[in-house]
Amino acid sequence: MTYIAKPRLHHPSLVKNKAGYTRRDYEGAVSTLCAGCGHDSISAAIIQASYELDVLPHQIAKLSGIGCSSKAPTYFLGASHGFNTVHGRMPSVMTGANLANKNLVYMGVSGDGDSASIGLGQFAHIMRRGVNMTYIVMNNGVYGLTKGQFSATADKGSISKKGVANSDESIDLVSLAILMGATFVGRSFSGDKHQLVPLIKAAMDHKGAAFLDVISPCVAFNNHPGSTKSYDYVREHNEALNRIDFIDGRDEITTSYDPGSVTTVQQHDGSLLRLRKLGEEYDPSDKVAAMKRVQEGMQDGEVVTGLLYVDATPKDLHHHLNTVDVPLNTLSDADLCPGLPALDRINASLR
Amino acid sequence: MKPTDIANPDYFHKVVDCQWACPAHTPVPEYIRLIAHGRYSDAYMINWKSNVFPGILGRTCDRPCEPACRRSRVEDENLVKGKKEPVAICRLKRVAADYKDDDDIAAQMPKAPPKNGKRIACIGGGPASLTVARDLAVLGYEIIIYDQDPKLGGFIRTQIPHFRLPESVIDEEVGHITGIGNIEFRHQRIDSLKAVLAEGYDAVFVGSGAPRGRDLDVPGRKEAAANIHIGLDWLSSVSFGHISKVGSRVIVLGGGNTAMDCCRTARRLGGDDVKVIVRSGFEEMKASPWEKEDAMGEDIPILNMLVPKEVTHKDGKITGVLFEKVKAEYDAKGRRSLVPSGEPDEHHECDDVLVAIGQENSFPWIEKDAGIEFDKWGLPKLNEKTFGSTHPKVFFGGDAAFGPKNIIWAAAHGHDGAISIHKMLIGEDPEERPAPGVNVASQKMGIHEWSYDNAPTIDHRLKVPHRPKKEALKDIMAEVELGFDPQLAFKEAQRCLNCDVQTVFTGQLCIECDACVDICPMDCITFADNGEEKDLRTRLVAPAMNPTQDLYIGDNLKTGRIMAKDEDVCLHCGLCAERCPTGAWDMRKYYMEMTQAEHACRKQ
Repeated sequence: MTYIAKPRLHHPSLVKNKAGYTRRDYEGAVSTLCAGCGHDSISAAIIQASYELDVLPHQIAKLSGIGCSSKAPTYFLGASHGFNTVHGRMPSVMTGANLANKNLVYMGVSGDGDSASIGLGQFAHIMRRGVNMTYIVMNNGVYGLTKGQFSATADKGSISKKGVANSDESIDLVSLAILMGATFVGRSFSGDKHQLVPLIKAAMDHKGAAFLDVISPCVAFNNHPGSTKSYDYVREHNEALNRIDFIDGRDEITTSYDPGSVTTVQQHDGSLLRLRKLGEEYDPSDKVAAMKRVQEGMQDGEVVTGLLYVDATPKDLHHHLNTVDVPLNTLSDADLCPGLPALDRINASLR
Repeated sequence: MKPTDIANPDYFHKVVDCQWACPAHTPVPEYIRLIAHGRYSDAYMINWKSNVFPGILGRTCDRPCEPACRRSRVEDENLVKGKKEPVAICRLKRVAADYKDDDDIAAQMPKAPPKNGKRIACIGGGPASLTVARDLAVLGYEIIIYDQDPKLGGFIRTQIPHFRLPESVIDEEVGHITGIGNIEFRHQRIDSLKAVLAEGYDAVFVGSGAPRGRDLDVPGRKEAAANIHIGLDWLSSVSFGHISKVGSRVIVLGGGNTAMDCCRTARRLGGDDVKVIVRSGFEEMKASPWEKEDAMGEDIPILNMLVPKEVTHKDGKITGVLFEKVKAEYDAKGRRSLVPSGEPDEHHECDDVLVAIGQENSFPWIEKDAGIEFDKWGLPKLNEKTFGSTHPKVFFGGDAAFGPKNIIWAAAHGHDGAISIHKMLIGEDPEERPAPGVNVASQKMGIHEWSYDNAPTIDHRLKVPHRPKKEALKDIMAEVELGFDPQLAFKEAQRCLNCDVQTVFTGQLCIECDACVDICPMDCITFADNGEEKDLRTRLVAPAMNPTQDLYIGDNLKTGRIMAKDEDVCLHCGLCAERCPTGAWDMRKYYMEMTQAEHACRKQ
């Protein structure tokens, strides 16, 4: 780990966002992960996205489970709420937190072990319930903390650092998330912030279950020839379907695009997702086509990235449950205990 | 852009802004680190080798290094709770001189070898000549220094008041040079260059300074001559004890450092009402800002935009000076001229006037047919590399060469002149200058340990303690600045960013994981597609806005992109190297020192 704190001196051009904070204000402690870990790049992308969205740091809650990835929230958003849960149980805690206070921006950070092995059940259920959140899996295909065993997302046939081939089928969290009802699903690569930052911004703005599978090479145990989650492999096999520009509803639109090169998705809050086409025709609003394309990619050994599926009018858990519009902790005694006449009315309605 | 050629010693030398800006290219960060470690003698010797007069310069240098200091580009006023300020490099140098172990220094001083039979005359005993003497005496040359004053030192001794520079410091540092041996001092004014040449010297070095103070040419000058003094001569007389009093009301004319020395000296010799009056605006004055500050701190007002018109006098005695008020006007090209403002003239009463309106070179002792050509400004025509004149055996340096500058330039000229003389006398071409000596060493000690203190502090610049004003003004020999004590010196030394510990990038090792980009506190590293410099500067993580600072370009990356690092704001904290998994970044100390007249400057 690094001994010195990141110096507080900064570039003279550093500017404050509309919330009054510089990008540096969204940072956390200096990382104790291995030097070169992809997770640190994802942390940097989360910092950049939060800064660009002008979110107030205390309006974000970051939750994580256990593992290298789940340590990462210490290294970003140092002024936000944090909850480090039991292994694999982050989705339940986040569901509970979200139910209690719907006004916060929820960010779940997990890894392939935490989400695809011990927490696979929880992962499936938080997606099908439509909890309004951004769920990021820092996916390196390997158990780094226990020194390099294959995780459940390691591709079948990929070679471990010790030279052993993986004989198990891999779990594709993107396919699973789409199948389970997530309304915003994307995949990206820690080494490509131009793609990753707008995806995180769009996911944070999405009012439903948003899932991002971010391939994040483990430099210590999974960055060798034969790995399918190394920097080199991902760069060579990255099949980016689109580039997304996230345009906040409040922003003036200044970029111009060649006609025919862009698909625009307007979300219900007015924000726009502009998808710049990269080669093939791809419609991310077609759920069945998305699942097909992702599966084809897996078959061909491609790492399909970009915004893979989005439902522009998502419904979240609060909508399904018809909850009150305010956080539960702001309800007064009078709201919670409306008195005998109200009880009488309820009883009468059941007779 | 082409990948950066880091094998060229100038590239990383430029990154060490202070060293690059120093005329003598003193390895500043290295000696500052030694001061922080309490190794004052070692710090002193680095300075001594490079600039010859550490104790003197540590009090009087014009400090071209400080405006160049990176610290003043990267500080944040809110964090340091003060202005953006450079490291107090000059006053740290003094710490090395104040706290060194004198026996240790004496033991390290070189001794002259047996004479090699060649004799060199140095005209003038100031810093340029003394530097030449030091560099050449150790090679066996016999040096004869001529000066009109009874002691060596030149302007260092005659012009700088003792309350700024105690004489003991001059004696000590001149003594280091004369103690080498092979150096003879002759207290003798030179009236003829031809006579010197006729003595058969193998080379002559002219370091005679710019010894003539410009005079005032206004009505009344002659009539009141008894109370009008040329600043340079007056300071010199004060220095040698010929003058010990001045009238109670004194006007100092001029806005340079000599004027500042004159007014502060006058305050100590009985001047209660001393004022400095300058023609130009306050901001354009030539005096260093800190010297103006010190003068004003001694209750000396500085009045500007006043041009002396007439010296008023009664019965052969001065009564005052009449000034015309002017204002600045700028023409289309931005050139300034001072024009009368139309306001009524101002009369300032006084008992004495000190004239410090500039100094000039004067070479009445160089005969027209001596073989030395002069330019239209009266300065010798010189080869700018070798300092050689139109006479093959005669070299110039210091103020005598390119007009009035300051001590650090004189030392730099001295080194260069010595190289030229040495090369000429061993039969080599003085035009071929030796490359600097460079020593490169990785500073990595462990996975996350470096052999330098890499955490930048956010302390603001510390002030040097001064003697209480009342006490200081009473005694002309009492040094005003007391210098940093070791605790303050440590704190100030820690502000240094160690710019000589360079970020060195090896593209072949890089896996483009972005760890360095993410950790860099100054956002100065970018991986991008290559392009023209102008375009690339705008495409970086943070725009590179200072075109005087280089972009470091690294190639050989697998993706075909390039690494671009903006050297402008790098803190040299080493976090890029610390977070690099493959060692593609390394922190390497580039110790660079100029090659002086020595064996290393010979062709191999």
